[in-house]
Amino acid sequence: MARHSSGPIYTTEAGVPVYGIIAEYTTPADLYRAAEMVRDAGYSRWDVYTPFPIHGLDEAMGIRRTRLPVLIACIGLTGAGLGFLMQYWMTAVDYKMVVQGKDPTSWEAYIPITFELGILSAAFTAILGMLAFNKLPMWNNPLLRKDRFLRCSDDRLMICIEASDERFDQEKTRHLLEAAGGTNVDLVEEEPEKVKTEGTGH
Amino acid sequence: MSVMHPDEASARRLAGLAAAPSAPPDPSHGDGSLVDEPGKRAPLVLGNRSFGDVTNIVCGYIENKPARWWLPAVMFTGSIAGLGGLFIGYLVITGIGTWGLNNQVDWAWDITNFVFWIGIGHAGTLISAILCLLKQKWRTAINRSAEAMTIFAVICAATFPGIHIGRQWMAWMLFPIPNANAIWPNFRSPLLWDVFAVSTYGTVSLLFWYMGMIPDMATLRDRADARMRRNPNGATILPFVPIRIDRVRTFIYGFLALGWRFSARHWHRYEAAYLVLAGISTPLVLSVHSIVSFDFATSILPGWHTTIFPPYFVAGAIFGGFAMVLLLLIPFRVLFPYMRDLITLRHLENMSKIVLATGMMVGFAYGMEFFIAWYSGSKYEQEAFLYNRLLPPFFVGEGERFAPYWWAYWSMIGCNVLSPQVFWFKALRRNPLVIFIVSFLVTIGMWFERFVIIVTSLHRAFLPGEWHMFHPTLVDIAIFVGSCGVFLTLFLLFARYLPMFAIAELKAVMPQASPHHHPPESGSGHGTTTGGH
Repeated sequence: MARHSSGPIYTTEAGVPVYGIIAEYTTPADLYRAAEMVRDAGYSRWDVYTPFPIHGLDEAMGIRRTRLPVLIACIGLTGAGLGFLMQYWMTAVDYKMVVQGKDPTSWEAYIPITFELGILSAAFTAILGMLAFNKLPMWNNPLLRKDRFLRCSDDRLMICIEASDERFDQEKTRHLLEAAGGTNVDLVEEEPEKVKTEGTGH
Repeated sequence: MSVMHPDEASARRLAGLAAAPSAPPDPSHGDGSLVDEPGKRAPLVLGNRSFGDVTNIVCGYIENKPARWWLPAVMFTGSIAGLGGLFIGYLVITGIGTWGLNNQVDWAWDITNFVFWIGIGHAGTLISAILCLLKQKWRTAINRSAEAMTIFAVICAATFPGIHIGRQWMAWMLFPIPNANAIWPNFRSPLLWDVFAVSTYGTVSLLFWYMGMIPDMATLRDRADARMRRNPNGATILPFVPIRIDRVRTFIYGFLALGWRFSARHWHRYEAAYLVLAGISTPLVLSVHSIVSFDFATSILPGWHTTIFPPYFVAGAIFGGFAMVLLLLIPFRVLFPYMRDLITLRHLENMSKIVLATGMMVGFAYGMEFFIAWYSGSKYEQEAFLYNRLLPPFFVGEGERFAPYWWAYWSMIGCNVLSPQVFWFKALRRNPLVIFIVSFLVTIGMWFERFVIIVTSLHRAFLPGEWHMFHPTLVDIAIFVGSCGVFLTLFLLFARYLPMFAIAELKAVMPQASPHHHPPESGSGHGTTTGGH
C-alpha cells in the first residue's frame, strides 16, 4: 500500500516499504520530553502510543483541541428539537388529543421526552463521532503486526514517526528518536512479516 | 516514617530500579490504604503493583481457568433464571390473574421489582459519570463492574413493565406508532415518559460501558495475539477441535476493540468523548428516577401525590445501588486473588460513607412525608400514612385501627435508616463483613420501600368498600427470584469473559503514570513522597 508522500519511498534491506520508525521510552516524563522534541522538529505524521491517556501529552505533541464536543452539542440539540416536534406533531397536528383538559398545543408535558431524546442523540454522537474522527473501526494497521508494539497495551510507551511524513529521513529520524532517549529504535514494515504465516497450522 | 509508599516502590520497579523489599503495611492503616493523615494521599493500588501487574491481574481472571466455584455458581443462578423464565411463559399464556393482584391493588410486586432494579442501576452511572466529573480517582477500581451491574439491573427492570401490561404482544403500543385507530401514544403520561427515560438510560449506559471497554478489549486482543505468535500450538477450545482459544480471543476481542491501537491522538478524542458522556449522563441519571417517581407523584392517590418524590427516589436509588455494588464486590474481593490490591479497604470505606449519606437523605424524606401530611392538613394523606403504613397493632388499643402493613413499613425503617448508622464508627465502616451485612439489609429495605409506597397506598384508597389486602402468589415470587437469577448469571458471565476493571483508567491514576513523576534515584530521602497528580 503506497502512502501519499512527496519524499522518497524508503525500504528495508529486504525491499519491503517502511511504514515508520518506532522507539520505546521508559517513563511518562521521558516520553513527554521526547514528544516535545519530535513536535519541535516539525514532524506532522507521527503518534505516541501509551497504554493509558497521559495527562498533558496532547499539549506536548501539539495536538489541536478536538471539535468533537461542538458536534455532540449540535446533534444533541437537533435530536432534542426533533423529539419535541415529533410529540407536537403527533399530539397537536396529526391527531389532536385533549388529555386532562389541556390544550393540545400546551408544550410543557413534552419536556421530559424532549430531554431524553436530546441525551440519546448526544450519546450516540459522542461514541460514533469519537470513532469516526479516529478513523475507527480499522482492524488492520502495520503497527499491530509488530510483535514489540503489542506491549503498548500493557506497559510500554512508544513513539512512531511515519515514513509518509515530509521530513522523514531514515537516518535523521532515527537519530532524533535516539537523542530523545528512545531505546529499541526499530523499523516498521508495511507488508505482513513472513513470520506471521509460518506454522500457524493452516 | 521509613515505610516506603507502595506506589513509590512500583514506580521504581517500572523504572528498572531494584524492587524495594516490601515492608508490611503499618497496622494502623489497615491494608495500607487507610491513611488518615491530611496531605498524604492514600494509595489506590496496593502491593507494589506495576502497570504490568495490573494488566496481568485483570486479564488473568479471563485468561486463566475459572475458579472451581464458578461453573457450579453460574449453573445454579442460571437455573433460577430459567425457572423465572418458565413462570414468565406461564404468565403470558395464562394472564396476570396468576399474580396476586385484585381490584384495589392493581400494581404490586411487578412495579415494586421494576423500581427496585432500576434504582440499583443508578449507582453504576453515578460512579462512572458524577464521580468522574468530581475527579474522584478511586472510582476507577469499581466503575467497570458498577456499569455492568447497571446494565444487568436495567435488563431485569425492563422485564417487569413489559410483562405487567397483560397482553404482552401489544407492547409495541409503548413506541410512538399509531394504533389501529390512528391514535398516537399519550405524550402527557408519565408512563410514556418512563418508557423513553428507561430506554434512553439503558442505551446510554450500554454505550458508556462499551466505550470504556474498547481499550481493555484491545489489551486482551494483544495478549492473545502475542501468545499466538510465541506459540501457535496453544490450547484448543475443546479436545480434538483444532480451534485455538487464543485465536478465538484474538478474533472476538479484536473485533470488539475496533482496531484500537492506544494512539495518543485517539486518546485525546476518546477522553473528550468520555467527559461529554459523563456530563450528559449526570442529568440523565437524575432524570430517570425522577421520571420513575412521576409515575406515582403525578397521580392523586394519597401516599403517592407528593412533591418530595423525585429527589427522594434519586437518593434512594443511589443508596440501594451502592449497597448492591458492595454486595457484589465484597465476595469477589474474597474469591478472586489479588482483587484486594485493587479494591482496597479505602474503596469500601468511601462507598460506606456514600451509603450512610444517602441513607440519611432517605430517612429525612421518610420524616418529611409525615411532616407534609400533617402540615398540609389533608385528612386523606394523614390517614394513608398512619393507618396504611405506620401504626402496629401493639401500639394502638385493643380493637382500635392499626396499619395492616406496619411490618413492611418498619422493616423499611430498620433496614434503610437504622442499619447504616453503624457506619458512623470508623472500625465498622472499614470492616468488610459489617459492610456486607449492612448492604444486604439495605437491599432488602429498598425493596420494602417500593413495596410500601406502591401496595400500602393502593390497598386502601378512597372507597372503604373496595379495600383489599395483597397476597403474593407463587408466580409473583418465582418471577422476582428469577430476575435475581438473571442478574447474578449475567454478572458471573461478565466476571469471566470481560475485563472487570477499567485497566487503562486504573493505570492512569497510578502515580507513576504522571509525566511529573520522577522515580527516586537511590531510594534515600524520598521514602514517603506520594508522587504527583
